[in-house]
Amino acid sequence: MELQLPIYMDNHSTTPVDPRVVEAMLPYFSSTFGNAASRTHAFGWTAEAAVEHARETLAKFIGASSGKEMVFTSGATEANNLAIKGAAEYYQTRGNHLITTTIEHKSVLDSCKRLERQGFEVTYIEVEKNGLVDPAKIERAITDKTILVSVMLANNEVGTIQPIAEIGKITRARSVLLHCDAVQGVGKTAFDVESMNVDLASITAHKIYGPKGIGALYVRRSRPRVRLVSQMDGGGHERGNRSGTLNVAGIVGFAKACELMLSEGPSENARIRALRDRLRQRIEAQLEQVTLNGDEERRLSGNLNLSFSFVEGEGLMMAIKDVAVSSGSACTSASLEPSYVLKAMGLDEDLAHSSLRFGLGRFNTEAEVDYVADLVVKKVKKLREISPLYEMHQQGIDIKSIQWAAH
Amino acid sequence: MAYSDKVIDHYENPRNVGSLDPQREDVGTGLVGAPACGDVMRLQIRVNEDGVIEDARFKTFGCGSAIASSSLATEWIKGKKIDEANTLTNSQIATELNLPPVKIHCSVLAEDAIKSAIQDYKKKRDAREALAGSVSSSVVPSREPARAEAAGK
Repeated sequence: MELQLPIYMDNHSTTPVDPRVVEAMLPYFSSTFGNAASRTHAFGWTAEAAVEHARETLAKFIGASSGKEMVFTSGATEANNLAIKGAAEYYQTRGNHLITTTIEHKSVLDSCKRLERQGFEVTYIEVEKNGLVDPAKIERAITDKTILVSVMLANNEVGTIQPIAEIGKITRARSVLLHCDAVQGVGKTAFDVESMNVDLASITAHKIYGPKGIGALYVRRSRPRVRLVSQMDGGGHERGNRSGTLNVAGIVGFAKACELMLSEGPSENARIRALRDRLRQRIEAQLEQVTLNGDEERRLSGNLNLSFSFVEGEGLMMAIKDVAVSSGSACTSASLEPSYVLKAMGLDEDLAHSSLRFGLGRFNTEAEVDYVADLVVKKVKKLREISPLYEMHQQGIDIKSIQWAAH
Repeated sequence: MAYSDKVIDHYENPRNVGSLDPQREDVGTGLVGAPACGDVMRLQIRVNEDGVIEDARFKTFGCGSAIASSSLATEWIKGKKIDEANTLTNSQIATELNLPPVKIHCSVLAEDAIKSAIQDYKKKRDAREALAGSVSSSVVPSREPARAEAAGK
């Protein structure tokens, strides 16, 4: 098969919608377009039936006992906001303390920041150098005021998979709620809200080959029954948890995406992992001074986060412009700060600026992997030739010994 | 972010990449930026006895705009007198390359690199002249390594 450019290798950002998902969704735009909240006619009933069927599929996907535990949202950002702010507001009479980690998604961190401004206290647990959180640190941080712990299943930048089951044992024993932002990991690594003692879990369709604009929050209904204060006022949809007309076509697509993940996930992940390892080996066989960011073993099958010393990430992305990847380099953001995740892992800032994140997915091929590896190698070599830091390295000058002026 | 054609041109075909011997008396070296900030530029000039920049070379660790800014800087200062080159401003570079606001610091760094290289050259020249004025022994070349100068960002 001939290689088609550009190549998409940024599957942590989003994924293409699987054609089978599109097909499942199509009728719900035109022929069966009803409002799932319309209780008085067949259009509404058909839509509601589709939504209820989807709820059950989602519940099965994450090991929940009932579809009633799924609250549909506009996506994971909203699900994270609802979980954290909604639980904090509801349980504020019980306590005002929350625990999370320094490498959570911004929708978790910024929700916590807002709660801090409202008088809540938040402990941000620092992760280890490999990007993993030590459950013992969470345990030590729990006080009698702690109401919620929020830890992601897998990190979006370095793909590290957190020990949610271990954390769940601790939170359950201490009667503290556990929220898990499962967006990046679900379908790609084991996730089961029952066995892991997760009380709230955020998921989204577009990371698993479903459409954008539809996500869900799992809210445990028994042992313990979790209550939230809704963050959206209106018609009281989703058992009062989230008002707003349901995105029926999106929900149907979400469920189809989950179904495909349930049936094909295991073999797919093995294939993707082999591609990822091939990419890494091919790059490392041809280049020196390449480091892996994040834990070697406990990481998503499709994630490869590498730092190419002496080369700046955005400059490198420009050189491989036919390949869609992302970088922890500062220059990709308006702030000029390099990735807070890599910094939180204690990575030197220059290496954070030199990082590239490859996100492999369902539609990547071996031919693409080989093309990307060889292109990256070629361009890194070229950019090192024009890098003063590489020249210093070759002359044996330790870059850290130079008094650089901060700017 | 979409890059301007000029940035792409300089990035893909950088002018005057390379190194000059920093120990030479007629060479001035400017090393600005910091690895931790994601930009380091080294710009070097070789100046003849008439104060004209005969050659300019650069190496840059940075994004496409940083590489393009330093490439353009070397192109512009070549053949200019050092005092003339010293008047080049970052906004001229930013305008020529059509840099977006978030990339203006790249042009600032390029201006700093030029000024720093000129300063280094002048320091060597002044030391040489002072030495020539006092004693007429063989000139000891400057062994001081290039220092990273402060660069506003």
